[in-house]
Amino acid sequence: MISHAGRRLTGRVAVFGVVVWLVAFAMPQPAQAEYADVVINNYADAAGMRPAVFPHWFHRIRFRCKVCHADLGFKFKAGGNKINMAKIIEGKFCGACHNGEVAWSVENCDMCHSGVPGTPTHFHGSTVQRLVAPPYKALDATKRVKQ
Amino acid sequence: MERKNIRISSLAAAFVLSIGAVWSTQPHANNESSVFSDSGVMMVAADVSTANIFNRNLKKVKDPNAAPPEDGIHDPENPGTHVLQPPKEAYVGLPTTAFGNHIDWVKALDDGALKPRWERTDPTAEPFVMDLDIVRPVKASVPDVVFPHRQHTEWLACSNCHPAIFIPQKGANQINMSAILLGQKCGVCHGKVSFPITTKSCRKCHSKPKPADWKPPLSEATLKNPWR
Repeated sequence: MISHAGRRLTGRVAVFGVVVWLVAFAMPQPAQAEYADVVINNYADAAGMRPAVFPHWFHRIRFRCKVCHADLGFKFKAGGNKINMAKIIEGKFCGACHNGEVAWSVENCDMCHSGVPGTPTHFHGSTVQRLVAPPYKALDATKRVKQ
Repeated sequence: MERKNIRISSLAAAFVLSIGAVWSTQPHANNESSVFSDSGVMMVAADVSTANIFNRNLKKVKDPNAAPPEDGIHDPENPGTHVLQPPKEAYVGLPTTAFGNHIDWVKALDDGALKPRWERTDPTAEPFVMDLDIVRPVKASVPDVVFPHRQHTEWLACSNCHPAIFIPQKGANQINMSAILLGQKCGVCHGKVSFPITTKSCRKCHSKPKPADWKPPLSEATLKNPWR
């Protein structure tokens, strides 16, 4: 038979366990986006838009790497192309396909500009991110604009 | 008068607390009977199984192919997020791996499960495939590296890698894992978009076993050791 003190201790441990469990779930959940999703936030936050999210997985089902990275001139670097809407409307970068002919057109703003505001430009799940960089924190978008 | 009041109120508080303590230590009849009426063996078995399902490291369960609204990068408050295709829907029927997108993209292409275009607007264009394996001996005891041009030229043009990333000349490219992990050489793609560098994927590149008579090269310190 368990003594009264023992039972009280069990109760305390149970309460502690519940608290830990609740705290663990209240903490910010880590991003579980697809490997190789790219968040591009060169200018979006400053312009009051959500950052753009580029899903590599979706595009590689339809096109080989060469189409964008050789023919359209995308560099192998997240945020390295300095893309803005003017270039896209001129038919460069994303605009080569997202023109209403090969794929849907640019008036569907929130299909690309769908990232969590304040997320910095990065490759989701990259080795570098896992090795040396601290976990990404969402920056306060309003503060960044003021600077 | 005021002192007396405080004494009375503190007494009342102590009374309430003691009642609470007694109540909490009282055996709760219903629970008690349900636990102890079972046989001892059954109770132990139940306890062990609950211990085993407890998430001891408090690791969060990860969904490797979460839908955009739940993936932590897309903003669920954005209406467009809910229009985007969930990856799992697109991955039906594709061969799987244990890392990255959990999809073996090269195998999917080889098997014909994918038909991605080689030209932006021409669905019939075929890639210029070069079938040439490059063996790179590795100083360490891990298996040597075999670089297959075929799988790479199925996806990429020569100009993507040559000459900016890899000088097309034997012995001209010094590659090591530190550089790759930090995003240079093979790491320009591997570890970012193509299969990632994890302990599960070492053998994708390090695939050629060392010769039977292979011995690790001796270090300078060993060779110069006068007591050797």
